[in-house]
Amino acid sequence: MKLIIIDSERCVGCQSCMFACARRHHEAGLAKSCIFVHSSGGMERGFNLVVCRACDDPPCPKVCPTGALRRARRGGGVRLDLEKCHGCGNCRTTCLLKAIFWNSEINKPMICSHCGYCAKFCPHGVIAALKEEEKLEYAL
Amino acid sequence: MLCDESLSTVLHIDLSKKSFRTERRPELFEKYLGGAGVAIQLLHENCPKDCDPLGPENPIILAVGPLTALFPLGSKTVAMFKSPHTGNLGESHCGGRSAVALRMAGYGGIVIEGVSETPIYVAVHGNKVYFRDASSIWGLGGIVTGQILREAEAGTGFRTIMRIGPAGERLVSYACVTTETYRHFGRLGLGAVFGSKKLKSVVISGQQSLQVTDQKLYREIYEEIYENAVTSPLMKKYHDLGTAENILPLNELGGLPTRNLQEARLAQAANISGEYFAEHYLGRRLACSHCPVGCIHIAALREPDSVKPYFYKTSMISYDYEPMYALGSMLGGSDAKGLMRLMDQVEALGLDAMSTGVILAWATEAQEKGNISEKETLGLALGWGNYHAYLKAVRFIVEQPNHFYRALAQGVDRASSLYGGRDFALAMGGNEMPGYHTGPASHLGVLIGARHSHLDNAGYSVDQKILAKNLVSPRELAEALLMEEHWRQILSSLVVCFFAREIYKKDVVARALQLSGFSLDPEELIGIGKEIHREKYRFKEREGFSLGQLRIPKRILETPTLVEGWDENYLIKVMESVKEMMAS
Repeated sequence: MKLIIIDSERCVGCQSCMFACARRHHEAGLAKSCIFVHSSGGMERGFNLVVCRACDDPPCPKVCPTGALRRARRGGGVRLDLEKCHGCGNCRTTCLLKAIFWNSEINKPMICSHCGYCAKFCPHGVIAALKEEEKLEYAL
Repeated sequence: MLCDESLSTVLHIDLSKKSFRTERRPELFEKYLGGAGVAIQLLHENCPKDCDPLGPENPIILAVGPLTALFPLGSKTVAMFKSPHTGNLGESHCGGRSAVALRMAGYGGIVIEGVSETPIYVAVHGNKVYFRDASSIWGLGGIVTGQILREAEAGTGFRTIMRIGPAGERLVSYACVTTETYRHFGRLGLGAVFGSKKLKSVVISGQQSLQVTDQKLYREIYEEIYENAVTSPLMKKYHDLGTAENILPLNELGGLPTRNLQEARLAQAANISGEYFAEHYLGRRLACSHCPVGCIHIAALREPDSVKPYFYKTSMISYDYEPMYALGSMLGGSDAKGLMRLMDQVEALGLDAMSTGVILAWATEAQEKGNISEKETLGLALGWGNYHAYLKAVRFIVEQPNHFYRALAQGVDRASSLYGGRDFALAMGGNEMPGYHTGPASHLGVLIGARHSHLDNAGYSVDQKILAKNLVSPRELAEALLMEEHWRQILSSLVVCFFAREIYKKDVVARALQLSGFSLDPEELIGIGKEIHREKYRFKEREGFSLGQLRIPKRILETPTLVEGWDENYLIKVMESVKEMMAS
């Protein structure tokens, strides 16, 4: 599974995806969400979607000093081994997309696992969860 | 027993002392849920009898509830204050990011007291409260103020930026508070209360976790409600054309107030309809936080610069049924571009669009009838549909250069008491009428409604669904309106958007409330609704309100409606029935 952004121009900024991600983490509220929607400088300009885009060659594992981050073997994105992670935050600094979120309770990163749960709660088809073999048209 | 402590935490902010404290009020939230139910209690506690609405002792109460940030469409904040417009209960609801931000900051309510000597704004970031100088943004419009505060404050994506424009600063009694550029605490003059406190803005942000009683059940109930919200045909009208969808059907029914309600149909209504706007101008759709519907419709108006060739500006203008009625049909306007320019100007000034439109409509008729002349209007010929003149008039209302515009800045009741034209001054309980002339229930609903809003009890719907077929007895109509208003106290205490009323039925509400630790059966909820309503009336009566003293503008009796066979006497009898039922 891989989460992709079909077209952020369709986003109405409801943030249902953010609440969904928190529920996926057995939480209510917004503290534990790995996807973030904010306006592009005023809602009239539309919205930016911040979430791991499952880079083909992700920079975040390269800066992890403990080998806690590795590219996922199946599906998209990276996997974090919490036991190996020291919480240095290098990954967060290096991610251009700012898609590495932070769990301040345990002082470690939170990264989208591309489970696709949030896409079920996107009312306007802004994001979608793709299976390995699937292809979808999306805006560049 | 509430399972999330933050819900019952009330933040008190004192603008005089520049201090703040928090207070735990579990007993209040357990009894009255949140939102309107808690806000009216906080108002009773903090607003002294007969206080000056524009004085330091008038508090601003903001409250959210147990469903806020937990369930879809739990997206509204309730504001309560003493209204400078009516001199009585002020209650106004707003979406945007306001409700989720307030709850995520860790509060169920905020009470703002006192007055600052110099312009100020308050930033609440979680448990930190900052008082910041607003001298440099005092005088600026609501849109520019938002742009500046977005850069100055933290919390992007998790915050609300409530602010006033020049109308609030200059104490226009129906000035609004704007959040997120396009949503408002619109009615009854919260903007003027902000202005009187020299409070330009309140920024709130937060990102906390909430506790629920059962995670698994939470997900189940959430999914059920979400599914309903996105698939229910009852929600369709809000997401396709938005509330502007109402223009054509109401016009068809003869219920669209036109030219100060001299008529109830506008021949060119198609030119200012939701369909026309969607086809020609709809530029973007937006939603409040945690609302999958996205009813906010934004028009893109591209216009050439007035001076420089090959310069264009594209204004993004929010449109909804009510401003389109008030600034469109009510003013006899059928020029979409003129209407958009006026909506944009009203937005920047920070005026309530509905009151503004009704006041301009009264002024137009008063000028037509000779109550006033160009001497009063300062040279403006306020003809029906003359947007050129209306654009200037709204600026005069805010600037108040003479006695006449000072009167207009205090509403149509005040203006007509000074200049005549009472019979066509369309205010109910001191608040300018909403866009429904469907029959007696539409007007009665606003007259008897605790905040004199069409949303108090949706009388316009009773007209169409019940009275159009059969004019029921005054007692039956009183019962129908009160029953709806009682239930809406619950919706506005949870707080869910009224647009979701078909989704949040009694049993759904009772189940959703379980997750926050409430165990209430549907019948108990109705009892709480009644009590909240009674508490609002207790405040109203304390401040001198009496159902028997309500003024019925003659005009509403003169222009025919869909419902036939009613007169002033019928209205009076319904109000008497309401009074009896409230007393028992």
